[in-house]
Amino acid sequence: MDGLRLDVSFVDYLILTIYFVTVLGVGFAARRAIKSSADFFLSGRSMPAWVTGLAFISANLGALEVIGMSANGAEYGMMTVHYFWIGAVPAMVFLGIVMMPFYYGSKVRSVPEFLRLRFNRPTHLFNALSFAVAQVLIAGVNLYALSLILQALLGWPLWLSIVVGAAIVLAYITLGGLSSAIYNEVLQFFVIVAGLLPITIIGLVKVGGIDGLFDKVRQSPLGEAGLHTWADTGGTDNPLGAHWIGIVFGLGFVLSFGYWTTNFAEVQRALSAKDMNAARRTSIIGAFPKLLVPAITIIPGLIALVTIQGLGAEEGDLIYNNAIPLLMRDLLPNGVLGVAVTGLVASFMAGMAANVSGFNTVFTYDIWQTYVRRHRSDGYYLRVGRIATIAGIVVGIGTAFIAAGFSNIMNYIQALFSLFNAPLFATFIVGMFWKRMSAWAGFWSLLLGFLASLTLYILHLTEVVHFNSDLEESFWGAGLAFVTAVVVALIVTPFTPGKRDDELRGLVYGLGGPTTSGEVIIASEKVWWRNPVLLGFIALALAVLLYIPVW
Amino acid sequence: MTDKDEEKVATAARLFDVRTVIGGLFLIYGLIVTLIGLFDGETELDKAEGVRINLWMGLGMLALGLLMLLWLKLNPPGPPRDPDVEDELPPDERAARES
Repeated sequence: MDGLRLDVSFVDYLILTIYFVTVLGVGFAARRAIKSSADFFLSGRSMPAWVTGLAFISANLGALEVIGMSANGAEYGMMTVHYFWIGAVPAMVFLGIVMMPFYYGSKVRSVPEFLRLRFNRPTHLFNALSFAVAQVLIAGVNLYALSLILQALLGWPLWLSIVVGAAIVLAYITLGGLSSAIYNEVLQFFVIVAGLLPITIIGLVKVGGIDGLFDKVRQSPLGEAGLHTWADTGGTDNPLGAHWIGIVFGLGFVLSFGYWTTNFAEVQRALSAKDMNAARRTSIIGAFPKLLVPAITIIPGLIALVTIQGLGAEEGDLIYNNAIPLLMRDLLPNGVLGVAVTGLVASFMAGMAANVSGFNTVFTYDIWQTYVRRHRSDGYYLRVGRIATIAGIVVGIGTAFIAAGFSNIMNYIQALFSLFNAPLFATFIVGMFWKRMSAWAGFWSLLLGFLASLTLYILHLTEVVHFNSDLEESFWGAGLAFVTAVVVALIVTPFTPGKRDDELRGLVYGLGGPTTSGEVIIASEKVWWRNPVLLGFIALALAVLLYIPVW
Repeated sequence: MTDKDEEKVATAARLFDVRTVIGGLFLIYGLIVTLIGLFDGETELDKAEGVRINLWMGLGMLALGLLMLLWLKLNPPGPPRDPDVEDELPPDERAARES
């Protein structure tokens, strides 16, 4: 893979090294602040909203996202913005306005813990175990992807990058827990933007501004269709092959609400906020940068499409996934090149750190403390958390080497994970708004919804059922899981005992609780720029406005 | 708690504020990249389509770093608070504390 090798100099390595030193320094500084397990797992619930908001978006802005979305930009054109706008912003606003009062107000420490209080232990255990396994697997994939990119760009051998990446993440999470994960995510957000912005700037200069870019895209194989997001969605004859109903309900509702509102690796950032209002604003503040991320991912993807001859090959250096690395090679001089490499490395490590910090919390609180060793001292669970971190990363290294054996494992894990989130979201939303839903209905909804989507996925892999693309399968699988979970809840509830009202206070809508009544959710804060509802609607309005020029 | 202890806690909180970390890192990055930008030759400029990208990005990062540190100076972190007590405060007082 010599073709991708960057011409890195001493300065670029200096910039990368300074980053590593800073990250480790944050770990050591955070260690001094940790006195209890809540400090380690929840940052002592002390973070201001802008910090948790940026961490929220950063935990998602992993390098898989940067690389993958610029690749999609080159392959599908402007329709890729659906992943950022309709596919993220409404769900993030919904999480902040409607769901966060339940999460934060009930003082749960994790998403599975909410399930235990609202439903029962089997529901809790099923969710905690599957979440823990998925997090370790995804951490391994992040690690593997990091080592692939370092091998291609810098020529580091695979094993060396895996070990260096794992060691640094291990050091700063074991030392500083969630605080250092969150601080590094905020830092990573700025480094990624600083690294990718020069690509957009120089790229646009090269193709003659945004008009020049659009002109050249029209002459590319993608054509006029690559510049529209909704215009051709009356049928499936568009680059993404998706109908607007599929985009709105599959991507915009089931997939995105499932991912953003129930994925603990995301929600954990909001739970570490210093008060209810900051927790609610976390995902809404995150929505604003999310609106603009296409400028540094999809636009470079399009620039790569029109400036790099032969991009879009099936294999080799010119695959779509290399859009950003190729532009870095062609456009960035030493200096900003070092910042861009650092941004990519940072985003892989932060993606992995998000998974690991979600894993150690769920493992310690939800599995170890609830089912294995109860009623020990807080210091005991803090130690368990640190050991779980080490174990999680070691297993992650193992799965990284397994991942190395598959060519397309990222797609599979992402699909499996997103399918798993859809029944979870259905169970949550029914359980939060329908107080009669019984404890066992929660369990069966989750299990059967998961099995329904898994079955469809296996039928897709074995080609028994035919879909146009993996993407189309994931829309249908998520929809099926959602419907199954809701139907199962409706069927099982009448036949099983419900929970008493006083057990559900603060967990279910309409049952008192200081934080979850309708008026509190809507009113909350007088100062307009601290009002989650108002900020949420501004984010939604901006998303609509941004769609207009690329209609 | 003595005055000296309180001072120590405040120093630790300021050091451990995320704005210190971002401000510090971007100050250093800004200095390095601006310096390189000043000495960029023909090859670098050609590669970047004639844009003095190192200079501009360097100055940009420098500005971000200074802004973060300025923000920290104008609005230093308060003493560590007990979150359980915080929740009991009426919204008005909480707002007053935040600003």
